[in-house]
Amino acid sequence: MDLSTTYMGLKLKNPIVPSASPLSEKVDTVKAMEDAGAAAVVVYSLFEEQITHETGELDHYLSFHAESHAEATNYFPEPEEFNLGPYEYLDHIANLKKAVDIPIIGSLNGVSSGGWARYAKNIQDAGADAIELNVYYIPTNPNITGSEIENMYIDTLKAVKENVTIPVAIKLSPFFTSMSNMAKKLDHAGANALVLFNRFYQPDFDLEELEVVPNLELSSNWEMRLPLRWIAILYGQIKASLAATSGIHNHLDVLKIMMAGGDVAMMASELLKNGIGRITEILKDMERWMEEHEYDSIDLMKGSMSQKSVNEPAAFERANYMKLLQSYEPNF
Amino acid sequence: MEQRKITIDGNEAAAKIAYQLSEVIAIYPITPSSGMGEMSDAWSASGKKNIWGTVPSVTEMQSEGGASGAIHGSVQGGALATTFTASQGLLLMIPNMYKIAGELTPAVFHVSARSLAAQALSIFGDHSDVMQVRQTGFGLMASGSVQEVQDLAAITHKSSIESRIPFVHFFDGFRTSHEVQKIDELTTEELKKLIDNKFVHEHRKRAMNPDNPFIRGTSQNPDVYFQGRETVNKYYLAAPDIVQNAMDKFAEITGRQYHLFDYYGAPDAKRVIVIMGSGGETVEETVKYLSENMEEKVGLIKVRLYRPFSAKHLFAALPKTVEAIAVLDRTKEPGAMGEPLYLDVVTAFSEAMNSDNKPFEKMPKIVGGRYGLSSKEFTPAMVKAVFDNLKKEEPKNHFTVGIYDDVTNTSLEFDKNFIIEDKNATKCMFFGLGSDGTVGANKNSIKIIGEETDNFAQGYFVYDSKKSGSSTISHLRFGKNPIHSTYLIQEADFVACHQFTLMERFDVLEKIKDGGTFLLNSPYKTEEVWDKLPKKVQDQIINKNLEFYVIDAYDVAKKTGMGVRINTIMQTCFFAISGILPKDEAIQKIKDAIQKTYGKKGESIVQKNFAAVDETLAHLNKIDYPKEVTSQIELPPVVSPKAPEFVREVEAMMIAGKGDEIPVSKLPADGTYPSATAKWEKRNIALEVPVWEEDICIQCNKCVIACPHAAIRAKVYDMEYTKNAPETFKWTEARGKEDKGKAYTIQVAVEDCTGCQLCVEVCPAKDKKEVKRKAINMAPQIPLREKERENFEFFLELPEYDRTKLKIDSVAGSQLLEPLFEFSGACPGCGETPYVKLVSQLFGDRAVIANATGCSSIYGGNLPTTPWAVNKEGRGPAWNNSLFEDNAEFGLGLRLAIDRETQYARELLTQLKDDVGTELAEAILTAPQKTEIEIKEQRERVAKLKDILEKLDKSEAKELLTVIDYLVTRSVWIIGGDGWAYDIGYGGLDHVLASGKNVNILVLDTEVYSNTGGQQSKATSLGAVAKFAAAGKPIPKKDLARMAMSYGNVYVAQVAMGANDLQTVRAFIEAERYDGPSIIIAYSHCIAFGMDMSKGFEHQKLAVESGYWPMFRYNPLNIYQGKNPLKLDYKGPKIPLKDYVYRETRFKMLTKSHPERAKKLLDDAQEHVKEVWKIYSHMAAMDYSHFVENIKEEEK
Repeated sequence: MDLSTTYMGLKLKNPIVPSASPLSEKVDTVKAMEDAGAAAVVVYSLFEEQITHETGELDHYLSFHAESHAEATNYFPEPEEFNLGPYEYLDHIANLKKAVDIPIIGSLNGVSSGGWARYAKNIQDAGADAIELNVYYIPTNPNITGSEIENMYIDTLKAVKENVTIPVAIKLSPFFTSMSNMAKKLDHAGANALVLFNRFYQPDFDLEELEVVPNLELSSNWEMRLPLRWIAILYGQIKASLAATSGIHNHLDVLKIMMAGGDVAMMASELLKNGIGRITEILKDMERWMEEHEYDSIDLMKGSMSQKSVNEPAAFERANYMKLLQSYEPNF
Repeated sequence: MEQRKITIDGNEAAAKIAYQLSEVIAIYPITPSSGMGEMSDAWSASGKKNIWGTVPSVTEMQSEGGASGAIHGSVQGGALATTFTASQGLLLMIPNMYKIAGELTPAVFHVSARSLAAQALSIFGDHSDVMQVRQTGFGLMASGSVQEVQDLAAITHKSSIESRIPFVHFFDGFRTSHEVQKIDELTTEELKKLIDNKFVHEHRKRAMNPDNPFIRGTSQNPDVYFQGRETVNKYYLAAPDIVQNAMDKFAEITGRQYHLFDYYGAPDAKRVIVIMGSGGETVEETVKYLSENMEEKVGLIKVRLYRPFSAKHLFAALPKTVEAIAVLDRTKEPGAMGEPLYLDVVTAFSEAMNSDNKPFEKMPKIVGGRYGLSSKEFTPAMVKAVFDNLKKEEPKNHFTVGIYDDVTNTSLEFDKNFIIEDKNATKCMFFGLGSDGTVGANKNSIKIIGEETDNFAQGYFVYDSKKSGSSTISHLRFGKNPIHSTYLIQEADFVACHQFTLMERFDVLEKIKDGGTFLLNSPYKTEEVWDKLPKKVQDQIINKNLEFYVIDAYDVAKKTGMGVRINTIMQTCFFAISGILPKDEAIQKIKDAIQKTYGKKGESIVQKNFAAVDETLAHLNKIDYPKEVTSQIELPPVVSPKAPEFVREVEAMMIAGKGDEIPVSKLPADGTYPSATAKWEKRNIALEVPVWEEDICIQCNKCVIACPHAAIRAKVYDMEYTKNAPETFKWTEARGKEDKGKAYTIQVAVEDCTGCQLCVEVCPAKDKKEVKRKAINMAPQIPLREKERENFEFFLELPEYDRTKLKIDSVAGSQLLEPLFEFSGACPGCGETPYVKLVSQLFGDRAVIANATGCSSIYGGNLPTTPWAVNKEGRGPAWNNSLFEDNAEFGLGLRLAIDRETQYARELLTQLKDDVGTELAEAILTAPQKTEIEIKEQRERVAKLKDILEKLDKSEAKELLTVIDYLVTRSVWIIGGDGWAYDIGYGGLDHVLASGKNVNILVLDTEVYSNTGGQQSKATSLGAVAKFAAAGKPIPKKDLARMAMSYGNVYVAQVAMGANDLQTVRAFIEAERYDGPSIIIAYSHCIAFGMDMSKGFEHQKLAVESGYWPMFRYNPLNIYQGKNPLKLDYKGPKIPLKDYVYRETRFKMLTKSHPERAKKLLDDAQEHVKEVWKIYSHMAAMDYSHFVENIKEEEK
């Protein structure tokens, strides 16, 4: 059975790639994911904002209240040097490369154009096989137009592409007015893969404390419908590889993504919830299903149910919506 | 020879030599010597080697006594050892000093000499401490400048190794220890040449060694002890020559020659001053001036080697023409014939002039005088006064100079206008706040000038006594000539004021010379600045014809991402205006310095500082001001005219920075000062203050309990009073059931508030229409100031709630009690003071407080004004600070005295029963006095008794009247920090806990020595970074509570007000009511945690939720009821430890400095937290029912 796939030029033994999550924080866990069958691993994100914030915070508190009182001209010992900036992350990438054979994909969340380019180059130099740009951006300013946001994505991608030679994937939000057009623009700008989609963690309210609380909910299965649809639509229309992320929990989900035209199916919630061993189980289930249904390779099914390959292309469009509504029967 | 120049302070100069010439360093923090230990520890941690190529070991001990013991052991073990200390620390070393000297072992103690605690503590410099070790057998070497500190440190080490006599090498605390000077560096190569290893090897050979065993430290009897004591004489006789040889060898290597006594002045001088330490520099400067400009025949002897005292060398140094000598001592020995140096000189002359071999033809007149105690200024004018005194036929002896003694008339008059500062030097003064980075910037500037130009440079920094809103004044001198002025600038060429508000607090332009330059950081536009200046300041600018520049540095800081730090901006202005360096070069140097200082903290920090430099010049403007005063703004009075006379006449002078002018007669003779004076020092330091919204408030009083400065208060009172309320005074109807129909007010003392925002953070009440609006919100202070001042005054006049009717064991109830600890100088957001204030509310009207030295003694007792207050009946806490190490014992002593006097009063009352009435006497003798009502009733009975006794003509009655107040119960509180309780005072604390006596111990646990700058204590937690634990503390905090519980009869509570304020209130009440020893260990967040202080209570909550800070109460009374005495008030670790600890820099920084170690220590700490929970939950679950059976009925 041939489960192999190609993702932005990287030859992978199967389409299961654990996406950026705390699971990649320790070398041992990444090794365990490799052993369980993961084809590649996206490492947790390096946040430029966090680096800048931590640097500022350290500087502030180390000098806070210094030179204010005769008895205490400062309050902390001053080490000769600090491991500031991305060093910890970069060391981690280098250590992962030493520990595992599967491709390691670095993930980056920048804020400044200089930061994106510089840190991407750092990640490449640390030995990463590819980079995923995690553009987690919520436009709240009513004066920023859609095209400005689109250009920001394109410019960021270009800046990174100019500085690195390894493949670059870009993780997108689903909230573009014209997703297909956006995908095409990114494709032209040199994206080696589109990762669909970023899950924006939605804050919750605590009604007792009257506070907004950050709340991490793991994905549920229905969420994979959104990438499924868009991969099916984009398949064949762009050169870039396609990766699905969000809501992939079992072998059927992976197979669906493949049939829609995805090159890899990324997982995090399922592994966080039910353990790394799930990779092995899903791979086995995939093989079983493919045997039962007489598929001998992933290649054979890839894109087989994409928009251009199905009988009813409208199923991915408005017609799908109308049909569903009309068939819905209230149970009260 | 070409010398490398370095610009460092005295502490660094001493430490870098001591470090390189030692193998073992034992340390303990004490101001002003702490820096030496800190630097040594940092060097050792980074692997810096000594001259023998090995890294010295640096160990922090539990006290200076401990450090000296460790040194004694180390020198006996064959190592070369050193320590650093001052003041009380040196006193604690005395017993070991006798041992070390008695055994003829080399060692050097470097001492930044400081005053001793007598009528008051003082951290500043004089020779009171070093004079107390004259008799130990240690040699004493004195340095007077930073250069000398470095050079003589090396000479002292060499001399000690070669002579076998241990030495104290001392220099003046602050004046030298903290003065930054440009000096010639002594290199490692030079040090290697200086030290003769032959003597080092001999020292090692004498070490304790089981391969060559012997016994030392025997006990001796009357037959030989005496002779044994005399065996050392020859070493002391040989020592002066050994030291001089070391000085000569040093000169050979470096070209800098010293002598045991260095003479400076006219070769045919008639009048000579003999002096030690930094004062010698000022005398030298004055002698030069008097000789060159006034043709006076004067000179000076700088004493270097004070012990062993060599008269021979002194006489050799003195000119034969000397007719009169003034010996100046920087110490005070009440009751002595004179101060020590004076007596030594007199004795030397007396002996020599009575011998056959007279060194002088005629005995000179010799007088002694005191100067400069506690860093009192010592200026050329004072030196001149001393020389003038010597001109007299009968010069005043045993004089003082620098003060006005109008009681015993010891003082010499001096002419304040005698100013001789080098005209060619540039003198600059900078007024700033501690928080704005002014001192740091100036230290940087001095380094740039010192190391990048051929100028000599000097920097000295004056801090105020408060920890919040504290101001700083920097004094910088530089020029082509060496700088010997060891006093504050008297005539400035350049004055910068980094805070507009300081123009009101200080006479900023008092010292600026005519035509000088004035730089002001102003929040106002260039065209508005002139009109915003007070009248007096305008007048000074016009009359002195100043060049006047302004910049809005905060605006530049904001634009360039610098936040509120204006250091780099003001530094750039200084270089731009002063023209010390060409502008472009200066800017490049500043940038180089920025790169050096901030490079390791990350590129973004460097870049924003660069941006600030680049942006500054465009915003710096010269003001073209009118030639006439236009302002109508008068400076406000220092204190209110309503203040008591002592505050107006004495303390106000101190507040205004004119304390030097207060005569002796105005000060109390025994250190007793009036209570309740902080309220008169309106500091107005908060930019924003809390504003109360009565419609949202739920009247929980959490803001009141949290306020570290008692600046937000609650009252419930009759609605009637609101009729006379000022216009903007707020109230609402009280919510309490018992208070129906009454008014409730939360009032802010906006002039005393520090703006910390703790109150806003703890406020649980939110506006239902807009949740960000709470019942307390911050608003700018200035627009509120006038009205709220009036409102607060009205509020204070409202009656207090009747204590006997309050439910004081609740948060809301306890916070209606009047605080008798208010407006202290503690840091904004202090985590300690809410507990201290709570003690004052619950028990203040009958509390006697023993306070260990540390933060709480500084914010609690540092002049000018103090926070311990009195209520309307005139009652309030009686407070005293004994020492750092003895606080528990001091408190126990107070208890013993109270118990004894109470017992005596009871005995007298029993004798007088028939005279005063049996019923009254019995009622007094049997009163339980546990509750507020019972105490009130007892007070009434005692008042009645007083009336009766006053009319009784019986000696017992008169006697009883002297102790009658003891019949009302007193609450003894022993308060201090963790440095005291866990380390230096632990032995005493343990003993007091074991005494069974009724004392209440409050440990304000900040997990480091906060007051001296964050050194680790045994309360420091596993994984936390602190000074002396730069790589994170590898072992857990001592569980002091569990140790106290082991006695079984001690009430023990561990509390965190931010996590559970009700538990805190109850613990305090239970502890106080427990008739035996009680200890409360209170989690106190601190600036030394490196955190946002407004979130202090949130951190406390997380500390408890993570299990980091277990909360519980152990009440032995429960045992008598068959119950487990331990009640856990926390639920074990509920959140990962890292969710708490990594919110604080003390833990987080380790992930940046030692990432791998940080991970390991975090894992260890997490395990420890779980382990502690297991132990406590096990203890709390134990069955105590069988204990009841063993307890006798009467014990129950």
